[in-house]
Amino acid sequence: MSNISRRTLLAGGAIAAGTALGAALSKAGQRFGLVPPDAGGIYGTGETLAYAAHRVLGRNALAREFPREMISARPFANAVSPHSAAFRRHQAANFATWRLHVHGQVTQPVTLSVAQLRAMPASSQVTEVTCEEGWSYVAEWTGTPLASVLAMAGVRPTSRYIVYYSSDPDWWESIDIDEAMHPQTIVAWGMNGADLPVPFGGPLRLRVPRQLGYKSVKFMNRIVLTDSLDGFGDGSGQSFVNDGYAWYAGI
Amino acid sequence: MPASDPHAATPRHSRAVRITHWLTTIAFAALLVSGVEVLLSHPRFYWGEVGNVNTTPLLSIPVPSSRDAVRTGYDFVLPDQNGWSRALHFQAAWLALIVGFFYVVIGLRTGHFRQNLIPADRRWRALRKDIGDHLRLDRVAMSSITSYNGLQRLSYLAVVFVLFPLVVWTGLAMAPGFTSLVPSAVALLGGRQSARTLHFLGTIGLVLFTLVHVTMLIIAGFRPRVVAMITGTAEQS
Repeated sequence: MSNISRRTLLAGGAIAAGTALGAALSKAGQRFGLVPPDAGGIYGTGETLAYAAHRVLGRNALAREFPREMISARPFANAVSPHSAAFRRHQAANFATWRLHVHGQVTQPVTLSVAQLRAMPASSQVTEVTCEEGWSYVAEWTGTPLASVLAMAGVRPTSRYIVYYSSDPDWWESIDIDEAMHPQTIVAWGMNGADLPVPFGGPLRLRVPRQLGYKSVKFMNRIVLTDSLDGFGDGSGQSFVNDGYAWYAGI
Repeated sequence: MPASDPHAATPRHSRAVRITHWLTTIAFAALLVSGVEVLLSHPRFYWGEVGNVNTTPLLSIPVPSSRDAVRTGYDFVLPDQNGWSRALHFQAAWLALIVGFFYVVIGLRTGHFRQNLIPADRRWRALRKDIGDHLRLDRVAMSSITSYNGLQRLSYLAVVFVLFPLVVWTGLAMAPGFTSLVPSAVALLGGRQSARTLHFLGTIGLVLFTLVHVTMLIIAGFRPRVVAMITGTAEQS
């Protein structure tokens, strides 16, 4: 056998083995929730490696919490789109009219007011908001654990993701069910001991402290539980997809 | 060294060194371009855990920004390129990490570091001369194509075992998912913004190394050395 053909054979064998391994990994990855919805693009390999690595190393790892002395004196509220007339009417009513709708793959869809959420057992965390641009601040966030809210609606076992919406129609996001059930994922309504200010996402903001700031959607009014992200936008699970933002924002 | 035939081809770089060298070159180019794009969205650096436009920066880079939140002194805002540049950055980082892993494992197994990079006693003694040769840009004295001089060895070792691990560590220390898993990764650096600043300074170090590396190639003879890094054999000239 000549060197060339041996080399070709070896290369062919390596490619075949690689493809088989890739297919097996992909199947296992899907089964154990290690493949993000945006795994298909040209940067899908990197996205998948980051998501899978973090999920394998510690699905239940806790975001860093800080002592109260480290709360930023002057946190930065990033710019948001101008508020709609409807939002301003809620604001004028001190958000007594604001509602959070939870539906989709649940046993009983629920609609909650801010007061009803506040009446539930609360959770506080001093965590850092880290923007994908590079800046950050630390604040104390108080809210209702999302797991408690979802438990009220009754999560069906088929649910794999939650899709959650801002009142800003251009901002919606999704996370996997593990992130949704994580003890630090909270529907925040308080910040640094006061009502959550509007510039920081009031009346309700989903805090997802293990991921970058763009996953912590401000002005949240709707949560949908689903087994698949097909049919939500282009299927990659977020509104920022046109800007090329990664679905998994733990990195 | 076969003095009889001045054009004899001498084995120079192993296949593993050549493949990892060029893959790292590709990864570094992608990391640098995408890293600059990400930097443009907030061209300021801070020390400690937090930093934003309401806090005092340690260092402001005098470039325009791709976000209007940062006052740069320029009256225009660059287009936002953070989406693809972050995605490319992390994908290239995985490539660099995997290639780096294989490079170190193979290097340890084959004795690459011991033979080709760690300076022997005589090279330590010649270090002062090496530095002089480089400062004078003495082409003949510093341009052996068949081995590295002491200064070269030390700078390669610094890149492989100090700068590269530093940028990997500081990069990971910025990722909230990773620091949830390994909080000490960021605590040891003094906070997330310190990690970001060190990531930038480490990159400056790598860029300076690359500039000197390529400049030295050009001075010592670019083509035969690039050919040696592609084919593995050095043409004596």
